[in-house]
Amino acid sequence: MQPLEDIEGKAKAAADKKAPFGEDLDLGKYDRSFVPHKYLAEEEICALPEMERRLLLMSGLDVTGRGRGGTFFQKDTTVVHCRSLQEGIEVLPIKESLKKYDWIKDYFWKLVPVDQDKYTASAALELHDGYVIRALPGSKSIYPIQACLYIDKENLQQNVHNLIIAEEGSELHVITGCTTSPKMKRGVHVGISEFFIKKNAKLSFTMIHNWAEEMAVRPRSVAMVEEGGLFVNNYICMRPVRSIQMYPVTHLVGEDSTAMFYSIVVGTPGSNFDIGGRIFLKKPGCRAEIIQRAISNGAYVMNRGHLIGEAPDIKAHLECKGLLLKGGVIDSIPQLSAHVEGVDMSHEAAVGKVAREEIYYLMSRGLSEQESISTIVRGFLSVDIKGLPPMLKAEIDKAIDASDKDAF
Amino acid sequence: MLLIEDLQVELEGKVLLKDIHLEILPGETHILFGPNGSGKTSLLMTIMGYPQYAVKRGKITFKGVDITHAPIDERARLGIGMSYQRPPTINGLKLRQMIDICAKKHADAEEMAKSLNFFDFLERDVNAGFSGGEIKRSELLQLKAQNPDLMLFDEPESGVDIENMALIGKTIAQLLQKAPVKDGSKSMLQTRQDRTRMGLVITHTGYILDYVPADKGQVLYEGILACAGNPREIFQCIAISGYEECLKCNL
Repeated sequence: MQPLEDIEGKAKAAADKKAPFGEDLDLGKYDRSFVPHKYLAEEEICALPEMERRLLLMSGLDVTGRGRGGTFFQKDTTVVHCRSLQEGIEVLPIKESLKKYDWIKDYFWKLVPVDQDKYTASAALELHDGYVIRALPGSKSIYPIQACLYIDKENLQQNVHNLIIAEEGSELHVITGCTTSPKMKRGVHVGISEFFIKKNAKLSFTMIHNWAEEMAVRPRSVAMVEEGGLFVNNYICMRPVRSIQMYPVTHLVGEDSTAMFYSIVVGTPGSNFDIGGRIFLKKPGCRAEIIQRAISNGAYVMNRGHLIGEAPDIKAHLECKGLLLKGGVIDSIPQLSAHVEGVDMSHEAAVGKVAREEIYYLMSRGLSEQESISTIVRGFLSVDIKGLPPMLKAEIDKAIDASDKDAF
Repeated sequence: MLLIEDLQVELEGKVLLKDIHLEILPGETHILFGPNGSGKTSLLMTIMGYPQYAVKRGKITFKGVDITHAPIDERARLGIGMSYQRPPTINGLKLRQMIDICAKKHADAEEMAKSLNFFDFLERDVNAGFSGGEIKRSELLQLKAQNPDLMLFDEPESGVDIENMALIGKTIAQLLQKAPVKDGSKSMLQTRQDRTRMGLVITHTGYILDYVPADKGQVLYEGILACAGNPREIFQCIAISGYEECLKCNL
């Protein structure tokens, strides 16, 4: 365990360190001071204005908690609601946990290097809050746990740190929504996430982003999967945003462990996305898959993907598809690295526009030209995500439906 | 009724169809013969309204409406449908969803798929990895759901194995109201007279003639409708003399 002072020292040294990818942000322009909010009881959270509830719902947070195994809700810098409804599953604010439980320190800053860049440094030095979600050994989450990181204050830089721990033999599903209040325009979200998937555990983590037009977002996440473990990581962003740069990394450290990344991104004019994913396959029998779908309506989208095979008998595939609907640029950089013999690794990348032939085909079945295009685009985005409970799958479809009209 | 008058069609500046005159009355099914590259598919695509097939002269009228320059979807809504020879794959769109699109959600996709022995394909992406025969069954299924008044079939037998040929043939006959139906309330003559469905079928093998009693055969040769007559007689003639025979009439 590294002492907290060490973390602080490293962070200070990296306070000005630029990230290798994405636009550089001047964090000095943003406000990181604490914003107090009242803790909301169950009834109060349900009584939020309808507009706000709808926004939350679009990011996967149902205020009624229906069909959910627990809720974490952070507004600006403050946790306003936090509870678990399921035995064996813990949902806790990270700051409180750091004070209360010693075991947290075995996970805190264990995977993400604190001195990776100025964003990790900032999150270490001025942490607001975040969540700890832990499934105890052998417990199974029947309903997904929902977490929402909400920004209401203009020009805020929200720094959160999350720990997600699936103990041995457990099954955990988490749906995280990040969103901003309707009046809010400009801000930064820095989110550190560390995932621990222990022996034979399963974790699905679905992140839905609904940001404001001038938001910059810098998630930093690393996962570690032990023997026989499964990590499914979904990312959906279909609303306007200024800039997102992320490159989540997964280490498959146990034999027969699996990681699957799925990302669906729709870029509106003026948006800048730099989205990657890197998976290390370190033991025989590891499996990895990265599936990316990007649509540009006038955005700049960079899709990166990197699979690294370090042991024999591993299998990894990277699929990166882009569709230019209304201009913009899509860059695609798939990368494979094989370090030993006996690896099975492949990639597939394609960027194009909607084929006229497909449009005409659907038109000859009675759809209008516009309906045909939407149908093809919907098909393009409908990725078969494996390892998700049907309810969560329906949730993702709903997120796509909700933004369908505005997006294309 | 479909009426094509004096039609000339170009694709990328090249004349593909010349002086086409064709009339299909309600209840009639026509067979279109012709060697490869004679313009058969182009004629079907032109009737369906594919914009790359530029109508340079002439007129296409369907149900009294001039559709010469109408977009594809307008023709589809008016009652024209097509079974394609090589349709594109639509990734992420399930066949079940496609049937709903065709039938505007008024059809029981499962029941329909079962009738074509195609139930297992409902959750597959439309045409993705389908074999030749599977494509044909998928196309017929879609056409069945769409149920248009004029059905265009582009080589419905190509790539179909012997086992499925009867299924395909019988389904097409049913779609075109050409299958014998014993209906106690009506005489068979009356049933024939009540027939409204129109069909235009491209065939190379002629197998379809064993299942669909077609009314008329036409031969398309180098962009010209060269011959019309009894479809079986024409087919026999082609089988014996080949399309060379057309030269005698056209030169």
